[in-house]
Amino acid sequence: MVEQMMEHPFLKYLRSAMIPHIWCPGCGNGIVLNCFVHALDELQVDLDNLVVVSGIGCIGRTAGYTNTDSFHTTHGRSLAFASGVKLANPELEVVVVSGDGDLFAIGGNHFIHAARRNMGIKVICANNFNYGMTGGQQGPTTPLEALTTTSPYGNIEHPFNLVHLAAASGAIYVARWTTLHVRRLTQSIKKMLQKEGFCFIEVISPCPEIFGRYNKMRSGLEMMEWFKKASVVESFSDPAKAEITPDRLVVGEFVDIEKLSYEKLLHEKISQINEKAMEKVS
Amino acid sequence: MSGKRTLLTGAHFLNGDVACAEGAIAAGCRFFGGYPITPATEIAEHLSQRMPEFGGIYVQMEDEIASMAAVIGASYSGLKAMTATSGPGFSLMQENIGLAIMTETPCVVVDIMRGGPSTGQPTLPGQQDVMQAKWGSHGDYGIIALSPSSVQEMFNLTIEAFNLSETYRVPTLLMGDEIVAHMWEKVVIPPADKIRTVNRKKPNVSREEYKPFMPDDDLVPPMACFGEGYRFHATGLTHNERGYPQTSSSEVQSTLVRRLCEKISKNADKIIQVEEVMLDDADIAVVAYGIVARSALSAVRKARDVGIKAGLLRLITLWPFPEEQVARIAKQVKAIVMPEMNCGQLVREVERAAKEKPVAFLSKLGEDPHTPKEILEVIRRSC
Repeated sequence: MVEQMMEHPFLKYLRSAMIPHIWCPGCGNGIVLNCFVHALDELQVDLDNLVVVSGIGCIGRTAGYTNTDSFHTTHGRSLAFASGVKLANPELEVVVVSGDGDLFAIGGNHFIHAARRNMGIKVICANNFNYGMTGGQQGPTTPLEALTTTSPYGNIEHPFNLVHLAAASGAIYVARWTTLHVRRLTQSIKKMLQKEGFCFIEVISPCPEIFGRYNKMRSGLEMMEWFKKASVVESFSDPAKAEITPDRLVVGEFVDIEKLSYEKLLHEKISQINEKAMEKVS
Repeated sequence: MSGKRTLLTGAHFLNGDVACAEGAIAAGCRFFGGYPITPATEIAEHLSQRMPEFGGIYVQMEDEIASMAAVIGASYSGLKAMTATSGPGFSLMQENIGLAIMTETPCVVVDIMRGGPSTGQPTLPGQQDVMQAKWGSHGDYGIIALSPSSVQEMFNLTIEAFNLSETYRVPTLLMGDEIVAHMWEKVVIPPADKIRTVNRKKPNVSREEYKPFMPDDDLVPPMACFGEGYRFHATGLTHNERGYPQTSSSEVQSTLVRRLCEKISKNADKIIQVEEVMLDDADIAVVAYGIVARSALSAVRKARDVGIKAGLLRLITLWPFPEEQVARIAKQVKAIVMPEMNCGQLVREVERAAKEKPVAFLSKLGEDPHTPKEILEVIRRSC
């Protein structure tokens, strides 16, 4: 009997020509991609109607790995690019998968404005506390006193609280999970994909090869153990108080509201004006 | 302005920015993403009113970086898209102009040049960005830049810019200046069916066969858009014909970057436009572009009045540079005169093309372009 090769059921979601991926052993990016793909599968999302956009950084390669229309932008500009995509064709489901440095340092301005406008873009941010691809420099989410290649004496910059920032900027859905919370993360992604407006999920993701190496967590497992030990689920608590410390890592959903999306308001306005303009012609 | 979903067919008295905006509508542009900046703001203001009448999108982004990124996104979603800015914003756009070049995105960038560097003189004209137009983003590439000399050309060349960008899948730059943008002149807008518009060529193969960066014989690949079922990937990284990153292959880098340059240089004959006035028997050729060409024409006529055989070569296309046209004229005249509103930018290209022929450069900065008298003086000295 000829042994048949079993095809992985999720292979259709990935561009096999682009695999193997570039991610290090112990990296959490594969888990993020896995949860995303699970959510797509459970919702039976139409892959022809999905655009995945990434910026620059390790997680930025996600766009290339997903078997959909996809675009890998310049550093920090994924949300600005995605805004153009969504406005020009509001029927498309537009998902941005990028990192903390890309979305909140170089791309911080685009983030707050896309959230303020309530642009219908779904954002997954893998937060690994440093710039992994360039070898581990300090970034906007690096914890105080953490060691990186550019904070060799300990980081003195106060980090952003991303869920607080997203909520304050106007996002209609905000959640934070770690790569340990695969089921909750998948549920969150599913929820987000069914909403209309700007949604944001932060995923605390291990970077043992680089961030962990300098901060006494040399393996992915050690980082996951930190997540396990420190995580507390406090859904719908005040995102301003959602701290990330060695002892306490607050996760959960923080915002889940409804608000008309920018593209909906814009296209309603356009059809009103357009109708009037047509009347004048006829 | 009209409140109607029709072109403003007929003769009008408009300023250059409004003429440019109407040109964009006529070309089929249905997405404008921009950020306010003098002296280009009126383009955004006019399109914020006109775009919705045509079912198009106007969006004001948070800065020029975002504007350019949004324009690329909209173009990949299938709309003809543009932005408009001036020097400081043009500098910010260079990053994503590079992305548009690398991902072969049809789009139009209008740069209404003002005095620089930095914030410079926002309400005064300049021609100080013409080298930035060619070299502003990092890496090697080909680009198209046009230079309007009148309000009518702000309309006509905006349409031409869209047609070229759609044909060659390259950002096309309309390099106006504060005077052509704010000057009011008669503009004749033809009926819609008399306006030639070009749309990007689409793939006619299956999803499996489609390679988004596989060029045809003209070196331009057919373009699928998001949502059409092709499920393609595009990236600012060096990529192969499938669009997949190839960051360590010298061969892929060489093939891609050379094609990005050559799709413009090898099609230069089809792209380049110049206007030649009284050059047949000329001893002196004035080479000029933009608003300065208006003074240059007047100077040439005055020179003829006093018996000097002068002519004008007006560059409508700045990039790719009309090298052959300049070289041909240089062979036939004794000297070239080149006035520019900068400290000497495009004159370097003219000198290069003119070979041994002397080129007298006339620089001007600030409020007014060269007067015909100033240009005439240099024509006299060059005889």
